[in-house]
Amino acid sequence: MKAWMPVILRGLLLVLLVAFLLSPGSFEPLLKPLVQQNAPAIYNQGSLLDLTLQHLRTVFAATLAATIIAIMLAILVTRPFGAEFLPLSRSLVNIGQTFPPVAVLALAVPAVGFGEKPTLIALFLYGLLPIFENTLTALTNLPRSVMEAARGAGMTDLQRLMKVELPLSLPVMVAGIRLSVTISLATATIGSTVAAKTLGEVIIAGLQSNNLAFILQGGLIVGVLAVLIYDGLSAIERLLTRRLGIT
Amino acid sequence: MRIRFDKLGIVIALIAACGVFFSAFAVLKPNRILQGQAKTILEALPAWAGWGLLVLLAVATAIALFRMSPWLKLTAAAAALAALTIAIGYAASFLTPAGNSYARVSPASGFWILLFAFALLAADALTRLQPPPWMRVLFLAITGGGIALLLISGSWDGLSIMKEYGGRADVFWIEAGKHVTLALGSLFAAVLAGLPLGILCHRVTWLRTGVLNTLNLVQTIPSIALFGILIGPLAWIAATVPGAAALGIRGIGAAPAFVALFLYSLLPVVANTVVGLAGVPPEANDAARGIGMTDRQRLFQVEFPLALPVILTAIRIVLVQNIGMATIAALIGGGGFGVFVFQGIGQTAMDLVLLGAVPTVALAFAAAVMLDALIEANSRVPNGVSAA
Amino acid sequence: MIEIDAITKRYDENTVVDNVSMVIEPRTVTVVVGTSGSGKTTLLRMINRLVEPTEGMIRLDGEDNRAIPGHELRRRIGYAIQGHGLFPHRTVAQNIATVPGLLGWEKSRIDAKVEELLTLFQLDAKTFGPRYPHELSGGQQQRVGVARALAAEPNVLLMDEPFGALDPIIRAKAQEDLLAIQRHFGTTIVLVTHDMNEAFHLADKIAVMDKGRVLQYGPPVELVRAPAAPFVETLIGDTERPFRLLAIAKAGAAAEPGDADGEPIHEDRSQQEALADLLWSGRNALPVISATGVPMGRVTLEALLKHAARPQ
Repeated sequence: MKAWMPVILRGLLLVLLVAFLLSPGSFEPLLKPLVQQNAPAIYNQGSLLDLTLQHLRTVFAATLAATIIAIMLAILVTRPFGAEFLPLSRSLVNIGQTFPPVAVLALAVPAVGFGEKPTLIALFLYGLLPIFENTLTALTNLPRSVMEAARGAGMTDLQRLMKVELPLSLPVMVAGIRLSVTISLATATIGSTVAAKTLGEVIIAGLQSNNLAFILQGGLIVGVLAVLIYDGLSAIERLLTRRLGIT
Repeated sequence: MRIRFDKLGIVIALIAACGVFFSAFAVLKPNRILQGQAKTILEALPAWAGWGLLVLLAVATAIALFRMSPWLKLTAAAAALAALTIAIGYAASFLTPAGNSYARVSPASGFWILLFAFALLAADALTRLQPPPWMRVLFLAITGGGIALLLISGSWDGLSIMKEYGGRADVFWIEAGKHVTLALGSLFAAVLAGLPLGILCHRVTWLRTGVLNTLNLVQTIPSIALFGILIGPLAWIAATVPGAAALGIRGIGAAPAFVALFLYSLLPVVANTVVGLAGVPPEANDAARGIGMTDRQRLFQVEFPLALPVILTAIRIVLVQNIGMATIAALIGGGGFGVFVFQGIGQTAMDLVLLGAVPTVALAFAAAVMLDALIEANSRVPNGVSAA
Repeated sequence: MIEIDAITKRYDENTVVDNVSMVIEPRTVTVVVGTSGSGKTTLLRMINRLVEPTEGMIRLDGEDNRAIPGHELRRRIGYAIQGHGLFPHRTVAQNIATVPGLLGWEKSRIDAKVEELLTLFQLDAKTFGPRYPHELSGGQQQRVGVARALAAEPNVLLMDEPFGALDPIIRAKAQEDLLAIQRHFGTTIVLVTHDMNEAFHLADKIAVMDKGRVLQYGPPVELVRAPAAPFVETLIGDTERPFRLLAIAKAGAAAEPGDADGEPIHEDRSQQEALADLLWSGRNALPVISATGVPMGRVTLEALLKHAARPQ
């Protein structure tokens, strides 16, 4: 296979996705065989484009908040001031990951009610962990020689953090964000069970009316989004890694 | 001697203060759906018990505040947690008006905040103690035993979540059985299929990228959708393959949930098997061949034992993930604790949600602790060549 | 006896070992020297069939090494590699017991063998047997690696840069140990290295390989005296030649009748050591004594210089 093949394939996938979202009706013949007579083949209780944008917005907002908080926390526990919290934060991340997303979602409802809020909270909390974990790994595994050199060159603690530690950790941090986004994209669909406007609505409508076409289009849109975003962030990660000359 | 504060202790003290002074301890609702009245610790308990609990919490907080032995902190945290859990049960029977079977008492935010604060203290003490694997399992058993004792003694019976349970005890255990069967069964199937596939991928290079990419792709499909998509093919199999329906294969129900969980589990198992085998030191492999091991002997005596910790890690990931994801099976009629979660959401009965969510979290947590202990017991020997 | 008969190994169009023939005498140490990529390791690995040759044949004591399955062949041949290749999940004793276990020895016999070998390698069986490899020093790990290779009492021991990862002092000790073990068991050793000093120190015969071919195969002295190719000359080193000659000759061989003052030298020591002694102490001659301490005459600076000169 040629090197440009995957890029073309992904480009095609993106074009296909955009075409489907803008004009779902033209894909109807493809999905028609999956449904019983008279049942709609294309989701008809709302605009797929709107739901997709809402879905992305929810994931983006939660991931952004999770990224900022996770990186700040990771920086805090790796400074001498917060060093006491480092071992505990590691175990908390470990424990936190045993909480199933559905449970987090369900437990958030009593606190904040139905709608987008519990979804945002669940995505935020669940997205926090991979980013925090990766940032922590990156910050605690920096090459010793480089850190020594930075001290030797007379950098202050802040300069070291901004000019050496964070830039060197960037690829691993991006990997954490990538993981977090992929999980969030899928978890957000479950948010529809607590009345959040996401693509999960399409899937659940399909489950309720036994409409395979709905399930498929909802699932595939999320799947394609996940693949494209995953690949996009992987490319950024590779670019950063190459720039740093780490192989 | 200078008194030294523990930084985490300050955080815990602040959280605990928040839980005591600014939030309610329990909520009394006229029935299971209506809004309720918030009660503080002193309102929710008789005076002796309320003050007793406050004093105990104050002592535990003081122990958290200063630098002391982790064992002492662990004891303080355990005492506080035990007192809180007993108190909430007592509050329930104290608050419920006699003869009123509609009124419900549930833990309020203050209870959860206090629980969180002292769980944090316990987690910190345990992290500092670095207990060996067997001791962690022992702690887990003690905690489990304590909770079982509370359940059997009936001291929680006044709590709303237990009233929800009381109404559906039979169903609860049936769904619990389904949940565990789904989670463990799909894990078992995934290990059975994933290990050979992983070994194959390790040995046959051209297969590796293809298989791993396909499995990666499966992971991007949201779980609800995968559950749903499988309904079609399985209904078709049930209808066309003779005997399939008799085996329990159906379009909806446990079968698609099982297959979906199996597919999700495959990637971690295969990927970690490949990574684990690739991490076997090349010298050890070369030496194994050089001294005359057959391929099979090398696999079972050298490669596999060395890759075991990494493979066990995959099993831990899969088990915890499956226990969580099995909740979603309820959406397609697959049963499990999700039944209560989604019923509860549908009826806006949060106590019912808790009845589904709490056992799920507890199960996942217990599974994680036990497998972590198992992994640590197995990786006593580092998977590296030189220590010199 | 190992007979390598016109052996060739090709990977696609790339010839790694090119038509090599040599005979390795029993109970000797043969060292194959070459730069990296010369094909020396591949040649070694074809003897125990870790690599299957493209053409040619290798006979062990007259028998084609393809007569039995590869893994059975390898159980009869010892194999030790750089970085020791110990199994990290098995104790020292279990590591050494691997091949006897594969051969189905009885437990008591295996235990006895493990203890014998550990003692022979100056490791206390009770202390070191239950330890894991990562708890040992580099030198100890290397000794256990060789002990494991010798556990099934093989006639032939193949070693691939066995001392490559050791620091100079431990390496010198390991080399002495290896020679002692070789004399003790009478094992035929084939050792691959890129270190010419190691080759001269250990070898009865040296094979120099370059680009898959054996350029010269013979006793060390022959390599210095009559290098068969410019590459052999480069490998030995212009400035090293006289000292290499002295290094492989015994002080006793240069002894002549006469007296000398000062500390005597053992006849077993090399002439290089004798020269160093003379230069350092500023003397012209020093006394030589036999292994039993009987005076054998003296070694003079002049005689040593004659020995170090280009052979005619």
